[in-house]
Amino acid sequence: MSEQRLMLTVEDLEKQFQEAHPGLTNREATEEANRCLYCYDAPCITACPTSIDIPRFIKKIASGNMKGSAKTIMSANPVGASCSRVCPTEELCEGACVLNHSTKPIMIGDLQRYATDWAMKNEQVLFKAGQKNGKTVAIVGGGPAGLSAARELALIGYDVTIYEAEKEAGGLNTYGIVSFRLPQRVSFWEVDQVKSLDVKIKTNTRIGVDVPVSELLANYDAVVLAIGMSSVPNLGIEGEELEGVHDAIEFVKATKSGQLTEEYIGKNVVVIGAGNTAIDGATCSVRLGAENVKILYRRTLAEMTAYDFEYEFAKQDGVEFRWLTAPKRIIGDEHGKVQAIECIKMELGEPSEDGRRRPIAVEGSEFTLEVDAVIKAIGQTRYVDLIEQFGLEHDGGVVKVNMEDFTTSNEKVFACGDVIFGKGQGEAMVVTAAEQGKQTAYALHQKVLGGVKEETA
Amino acid sequence: MADLRIDFAGIKSPNPFWLASAPPTNSGYQVQRAFEAGWGGAVWKTLGDPILNVSSRFAAVSFNGQKVAGFNNIELITDRPLEVNLKEIYETKKRFPDHVIIASLMVEPQQEKWHEIVKRVEDVGVDGLELNFGCPHGMAERGMGAASGQVPELVEKQTYWAKEVAQTPVIVKLTPNITDITVTAEAAVRGGADAVSMINTINSLAGVDIDSWNTVPHVAGKGAHGGYCGPAVKPIALNMVAECARNPHVNVPISGMGGVSNWENAVEFMLMGATGVQVCTAAMHHGFRIVEDMIDGLNNYLDDKGIASVMDIVGKTVTNYSDWGNLDLNYKVVAQINNDVCINCNKCHIACEDTSHQCIDMLKDDQGRDILKVREDDCVGCNLCSIVCPVDGAIDMVELKSELPPMTWNERQAAIGAAGNCSIPTIK
Repeated sequence: MSEQRLMLTVEDLEKQFQEAHPGLTNREATEEANRCLYCYDAPCITACPTSIDIPRFIKKIASGNMKGSAKTIMSANPVGASCSRVCPTEELCEGACVLNHSTKPIMIGDLQRYATDWAMKNEQVLFKAGQKNGKTVAIVGGGPAGLSAARELALIGYDVTIYEAEKEAGGLNTYGIVSFRLPQRVSFWEVDQVKSLDVKIKTNTRIGVDVPVSELLANYDAVVLAIGMSSVPNLGIEGEELEGVHDAIEFVKATKSGQLTEEYIGKNVVVIGAGNTAIDGATCSVRLGAENVKILYRRTLAEMTAYDFEYEFAKQDGVEFRWLTAPKRIIGDEHGKVQAIECIKMELGEPSEDGRRRPIAVEGSEFTLEVDAVIKAIGQTRYVDLIEQFGLEHDGGVVKVNMEDFTTSNEKVFACGDVIFGKGQGEAMVVTAAEQGKQTAYALHQKVLGGVKEETA
Repeated sequence: MADLRIDFAGIKSPNPFWLASAPPTNSGYQVQRAFEAGWGGAVWKTLGDPILNVSSRFAAVSFNGQKVAGFNNIELITDRPLEVNLKEIYETKKRFPDHVIIASLMVEPQQEKWHEIVKRVEDVGVDGLELNFGCPHGMAERGMGAASGQVPELVEKQTYWAKEVAQTPVIVKLTPNITDITVTAEAAVRGGADAVSMINTINSLAGVDIDSWNTVPHVAGKGAHGGYCGPAVKPIALNMVAECARNPHVNVPISGMGGVSNWENAVEFMLMGATGVQVCTAAMHHGFRIVEDMIDGLNNYLDDKGIASVMDIVGKTVTNYSDWGNLDLNYKVVAQINNDVCINCNKCHIACEDTSHQCIDMLKDDQGRDILKVREDDCVGCNLCSIVCPVDGAIDMVELKSELPPMTWNERQAAIGAAGNCSIPTIK
C-alpha cells in the first residue's frame, strides 16, 4: 500500500480529484423521475430552504423538457447546480419525501444535478435581465448569498455590481468545497448565469482595501454585505507557526487553484476538528496521496457537526477518527517543520450553554503522534475589521440583522449568508445562503422602490 | 396440479396458451422452440400468396419509461413460399404431435382460392384453421384481411367456402376495426364457423418523431397505418370477447387475445368467456420462456381456488356482464382513507378537487398531523382517488347499505311507463 502510494503521479492525484459520483445516466434519470409521485402540496418543496418546486422539475425531466426543468430549479435557487451536489438532501428534500413511508425516497439531489448538468452541457442561458429601473446596488462578496441576491436584483431591473476579493467569484463553492464533490466548473457556470444578466463582477477587489467603504455607500443606492467568514482561528497551542501547519480552508483552496501538490504523497496528516471543513481537509489529504489521515476531535461522534454523509464519505476514504482527543502542542524538527503532535485524551463533563457536553482533559493521558502536517479546522474567524468599517452592529463578527428583511444597523446596508450566521442566528448551508440572498433582494427592492416591478418578458 | 388441458372446439391442447399468428410463428424453427418452452399451441403465421415486406416494420409505445406498453406493426403475412411453410408445419407436427398447430389463412375472397388452400394445409396435418379476416394493414388494401372482415356478408360467405372442404375445425379471426364486433361474429357463426378468435390488431400510428417529423415507424420517410396490440389494447379486447360471449347468437368457443401478457390476463379472458388465449407481444418483448410462469401461475391459481380443471373457469364472469341499463342505481360505495397507511402525497385530494366531486379535505388531526378525510355525503363512489393512490390499503371503497331496494334504469323507466300519468312522486 505505502509503496503504491509513493508511486503516485500528479496525473493520478488529478484523477482522484475528479467528481466522485458520475451522475445519473439518461435511463436512470428517466426511471427515477417516473417514480416520483408528483405529490400535491409536496413536503419536499417545504423542506427545501429555497422552495424549489421539486415535483414540477422532476415531472419535466420525465417529459423530456430539460430546459424547463433546469429553469424551475435555477429560478428558485441561483446556485441550484452546486446545491444538488452539496446539500444535505437526506435532512432536507429527500428526508421529507413521502416515499420514505412507503418504498424509498426519490433521489432528488441526483435528479437536480441531472437537470442542471444538462443546462450546463448545452450552454443554456436561462434568464434575461429585467428592464433597468435606474437603481444601483453594490454587493460585497460573490459567494452563494451575494450571487443569489445579485441574480434576483438583476431580474427585477437593478444595476448590480459584485465586488469579489478573490480571483474568481463563487465563494466557498469555487474555493471551499472539495473538487471531487463540487467541481469548479459548476460554480463558474452559476457565476456566468448571473453575469449574463449584465451583473458586473469586479474580482480581485477587496472592499476596505482596494475600494473604501465610504465610496460604496456614497455611490450606490444600497449595499448588500455577503462577505462570508474568514480564515480558521488559531488553536492557541505551541508550534502553530511551524511549516506544515495549515488552515483547512486555505488547504482546500490550494487544491482548487492550479496544479495539485505532490508533497503529501506517503505522508501522515492530522486534521483538528470534526465539521464538514475538517472532513474536506481529511479527504483532500487522502486524495493528495497521504499514507495516513486522522481526524482528532475533542468530543465524540455524537457531537460532531459534520453531516452523516460527509462522515461516511471520509470513512470510505480511509480517514481514521480519534474521538475525545485534543491537540496540546505541535512539535517541530530542527528546520522548523512539523514532526509530531502531542495530544491529550478528553472526557465529557457537564453540558455547557450550547447544550453540548464540555470536554475535560484527562490528566496524564498525553501521547504523541508522528505527523508531517497538521490541518486546523475548528471553525472560521470573522471579517470584524470590514464590518466595523461599515459601522454595523455585530456580535463577535456576526452582523446583527432583522431576519425578516436582512436590514442591518445601517439602513442602506443589508447582510446575508455566513456573515450573519452564528450566535443562534441563521444557518451555514449553501442553500440557506442562497435563500437569504433572494429574500434580501426582495426586501431591498421593497425598501428602495416599494416592491414595484416592471413587467418584463 | 390442476388440469390445464383445454378442448377448444374439439381441438385438444395441453394448455390454454397459444402463440398468435404473427412474427413469433413465422417458421418451424421458431414454433419448435416455442413448443420446447411449453406453449400448448401455435397459430402459424398467415399463409397465402407470397407478399413483399418493407423495412422498418415495428414500433412500440412507452409509457412513463416503461417499454412496450403498446406495439404497432406494418408487417404483412408470410413472405415465405407456401411449400416451405407446409413442409415445416409437417415436420413440426411430427415432432410435437400433442401440441396444436393451427394454420392461419388469407386468400382473395373467391371460393376456389379458399378450397385450394384449405386442402393443401390440411394435407400436412394441421389441427385447425384460422381465417384471417382481421389484418388491418397492407392486405386490407388488396381486399383481404380486415377489408373482408368488416363486411358481414363476406365473412359469412368466405367462412362457408372454407367449411365446404375443411375437415378440421374452422376458427374465424375477427377484426376490432368495426363498430360492433358481434355483427361479424354472428356472420361467422352463420357461415358455419366452429369458433371465433379476437381481436386482431387495431388500426394505429405509433407516433411521430417530433424532431424529424417522420412517422414512427417510417419507410424511407413515409408511413402507413399499422396494427396495434400489446398491454394497452387488453381492455378493448376483453370487452369484445365479453360482448361475444354474452351474445346468444355467438354460440361457439372463443379464442381470446389482445394484450395477454401473463397468467392473470389469461384468467381474466377465460372468465370472460374465452376457452383459450393467444399471445404475441409479450413473447416478442421477452421471448418464449414467459410461458413457464403463465403455466405455473395459472396452475397455482387453480390449485389455490380448489378448481380441478381450467375448463371450469371458462365464462364464469359472463353473466356478471350486462348493459348499463341493468345496473343498480341504488348501490352506493364511498371512499374511506386509512390515515395510518396514507403517506400524504395528496394525489387523491387534487384528483378529486380538480376533476371529480370535491369531497376529500386536507385537514389536521388533534396532534396537528396532516390527514385526508372524505366527506361521504358528497362522495359519488367514482373510484378515482383509489385509482391514483400509490399506496396499497390507503383508500378502501366501501359499500354503504342502501335504504332503497335495488332499482335499475331499465326497471325505473318501465315503472315510470307503468305509472302513466300518475303524478304521485313514487320514484326518486
